[in-house]
Amino acid sequence: MQRRFTLQALAAAVALATAGLPAFAADDTIKVGILHSLSGTMAISETVLKDTALMAIDEINAKGGVLGKKLEPVVVDPASNWPLFAEKTKQLLTQDKVAVIFGCWTSVSRKSVLPVVEELNGLLFYPVQYEGEELSKNVFYTGAAPNQQAIPAVEYLMSKDGGGAKRFVLLGTDYVYPRTTNKILRAFLHSKGIADADIMEEYTPFGHSDYQTIIAKIKKFSSEGKKTAVISTINGDSNVPFYKELGNAGLKAKDVPVVAFSVGEEELRGVDTKPLVGHLAAWNYFMSVKNPTNDEFTKKWAAYAKAKNIPGHKDKPLTNDPMEATYIGVHMWAQAVEKAKSTDTDKVIAAMAGQKFKAPSGFTAEMDMKNHHLHKPVFIGEVKSDGQFNVVWKTPGPVKAKPWSPFIEGNDKKKDEPDGKSKV
Amino acid sequence: MIHRFLLLFALLAASGAHALTAEEAKAIAVGESDDRIAALNKAVANADDRTAAFLQALSDDAVKTAGGKVLVVKDGKGSDPVTGAEVTVPADAEDVINNNRMRGELDTALAALKLFSKDARLRAAAVAELQKEPDEAKLPLLEKAYAAETDPAIKERLGLARAAVLIASSDKAKRLDAARLLADSRSPATRSLLLERVKQETDPDVQAALQATLRGVEGSLVWGERAAAVFSGISLGSILLLVALGLAITYGLMGVINMAHGELMMIGAYATYVVQGLFRTYLPGAFDWYLVAAVPVAFLASALMGAVLERGVIRFLYGRPLETLLATWGISLMLMQLVRSVFGAQNVGVENPSWMSGGLVIGNLQLPWNRIVIIGFAFAVLAAMSLLIARTRLGLFVRGVTQNRPIAACMGVNTARVDTYAFALGSGIAGLAGCALSQVGNVGPDLGQAYIVDAFMVVVLGGVGQLAGTVYAALGLGILNKFIEGWAGAVLAKIAVLVLIVVFIQKRPQGLFAVKGRSAEA
Repeated sequence: MQRRFTLQALAAAVALATAGLPAFAADDTIKVGILHSLSGTMAISETVLKDTALMAIDEINAKGGVLGKKLEPVVVDPASNWPLFAEKTKQLLTQDKVAVIFGCWTSVSRKSVLPVVEELNGLLFYPVQYEGEELSKNVFYTGAAPNQQAIPAVEYLMSKDGGGAKRFVLLGTDYVYPRTTNKILRAFLHSKGIADADIMEEYTPFGHSDYQTIIAKIKKFSSEGKKTAVISTINGDSNVPFYKELGNAGLKAKDVPVVAFSVGEEELRGVDTKPLVGHLAAWNYFMSVKNPTNDEFTKKWAAYAKAKNIPGHKDKPLTNDPMEATYIGVHMWAQAVEKAKSTDTDKVIAAMAGQKFKAPSGFTAEMDMKNHHLHKPVFIGEVKSDGQFNVVWKTPGPVKAKPWSPFIEGNDKKKDEPDGKSKV
Repeated sequence: MIHRFLLLFALLAASGAHALTAEEAKAIAVGESDDRIAALNKAVANADDRTAAFLQALSDDAVKTAGGKVLVVKDGKGSDPVTGAEVTVPADAEDVINNNRMRGELDTALAALKLFSKDARLRAAAVAELQKEPDEAKLPLLEKAYAAETDPAIKERLGLARAAVLIASSDKAKRLDAARLLADSRSPATRSLLLERVKQETDPDVQAALQATLRGVEGSLVWGERAAAVFSGISLGSILLLVALGLAITYGLMGVINMAHGELMMIGAYATYVVQGLFRTYLPGAFDWYLVAAVPVAFLASALMGAVLERGVIRFLYGRPLETLLATWGISLMLMQLVRSVFGAQNVGVENPSWMSGGLVIGNLQLPWNRIVIIGFAFAVLAAMSLLIARTRLGLFVRGVTQNRPIAACMGVNTARVDTYAFALGSGIAGLAGCALSQVGNVGPDLGQAYIVDAFMVVVLGGVGQLAGTVYAALGLGILNKFIEGWAGAVLAKIAVLVLIVVFIQKRPQGLFAVKGRSAEA
């Protein structure tokens, strides 16, 4: 009994000491929270974002930090568990007192974090394309809104070069992002004169792995009318069995092209891409984009992955759109802090408006003066046999984000900026 | 459309082919799609072998440009498309990018060139390509090829391709002929063509013929679609069977609630990945056969892990199901983290060998080779396992020990060793399942999680302790799932199947097949 007590006391003391340590150091560092799943289903996509954020922080520290202080990353693992995202956010904001959080991938996790950052007046940088329909004073969205990804992609499919598609299959994983995106796309297709009979909508559960029936349905649907295209909002690792089945079932890109919104270089890592040549993806960045900033970015990542021994990436370094968005986010935040001369949330939010950063996409990404979204270029790429993308279409310059899609009823009345008041 | 018209007339009229020039090559490779297509059609009009080779290279994405010059790059060696002379590839050479439209045009152009090839297989492929998109401009070309064709099978298909064009002809008699002829074509492309024509046709006679043909074509397509649904059900069933077979031993016969079963499959899948890597490095020539070597490796890796688990943990927990459940669940988490630390959290790529890519085409259905192979593999494993259990000494011991441990021990059977062997066997079969799964799905640390529930479902539904029950349950669930999915979508199908199983288990807790006899409850 006695021994157990001392053990407990010792453990408590150690815990206290470690918890107390950063508090002493707090004066000469600024703490930065990183909230990405390092285990569970989303680890596949999110782990690498943690490393990208750490790389950007290393870079900033190498140049002397922010406001003369070094950045100190606090990495937590919400384990692909949506309620845990909220708990970890609370911990980061109240215990670790971080100045900013970089994190989340799925919209579900963002929705779970949102009330916490709003209540505690924290700051979240969200780096992934999403469905819009949200605008919070405490969040900066560095990924694409629907008009920066989904709408241009469908326009391309309907164009002559994209094959002039007249019928569409909307295929997605069953959760908020695909459902909302498909609602927007259906309204958009209606506005282009496409009837409901020419649109097929299908959903699969998370982690679905048998796409035989769906592929058979797509085949049947495409034989019942004019040129058909598939718009895929399948998320996570279901994409691998989907594309494998697609290749084996003999659906070629020039007959039925598939454009995906959540498939990038990283997702194709586990796929034999030879049968998939010509299928499409829409993003704001591709690793294959050629410009000096991107060369530097990919080289830096390769060196970092090698130095830190990041599994997978140390042998075959890949960059993708959410990584670029994370990288832009960290740097923009640092710039805004320098401008505000403070890490105070409200001052940083004010300083974020109009921040510019030379992005690896080759364009200068600019934070909108009001709506907390980036102005980003849109690229449409075709899968190459080596798993990279060929850019076949791009916007002439960055596009302003419209978080409230005009294709959802009632959105025209919503303001293009957060309502300003913090909900404390 | 217009220039395509010109192209084909020119192609027919062309008497002497003229050689590809550097300007032509450049115009085809660089610029806006519209201009490139125009240049392509002009070049095809009087093409020689060089042009054909160049177009083939373009279609294979083997063409680069550098400093205003076009070069073909194959296996790292550059050559000039015009002269064929070898040239060095400059470091700043950029890939020529073809979009889907360009690729389609290139394929059509190549098909047009191959239509008069001496090789019958090339001609057949060319006809198939041209039949996909009927285009009035191709008619003269098809007529000429039809007249010249000697192979009856290709001639028939050329006739169909011709009919697909003639169905839009302004001559009523030709339209009628075409409508009747097309009844022989049972392809989905014909259906979409007919549906389109039915909407546009004004003449009642032709309309009636079209309707009749459409009914016929749809009737034959429907059988293909039904067969495809049954096939996909059997395929899903065979995967469930593989996944559940190992568990049928460890849980069904031995009664160990092994939550780490999924992770044993994952180990098998990773073993396949490692073997693939070894073949790629040391035996690139025999790469296609890596899977054959991976099968025993996956079995041994998982069996070894299973034996270690049994010796190290599970043998202390026999007869304590709750503790076993918790311990094996903990082990499953540890194994996942172990793999994550060694191979990374990302999925790894396991390629289908080339003989398992693509599919077997029967009429309008295409059955993927990888699924066919897995169905065969599942039944081979099943046969091997039932032989092992029913006919060998080890199988006899396993049955004896599971039926009555004390008596088996009295007879001199080393029960502890039999337990280890049996558990290792079940684990090894899980490894085989992992090897098969790597060919259809993801290979990642979470692979096992996706299948563990299905595995238990199959074993419980089939009746614990019954191999035959497992087989029926796996195939039944697979086919049922696929039929509900075809009709109500994947999300509802999953829910419906679970509800059905809950209801079934309540009515019949012992599963489809109950173990008979006095020893059942011992």
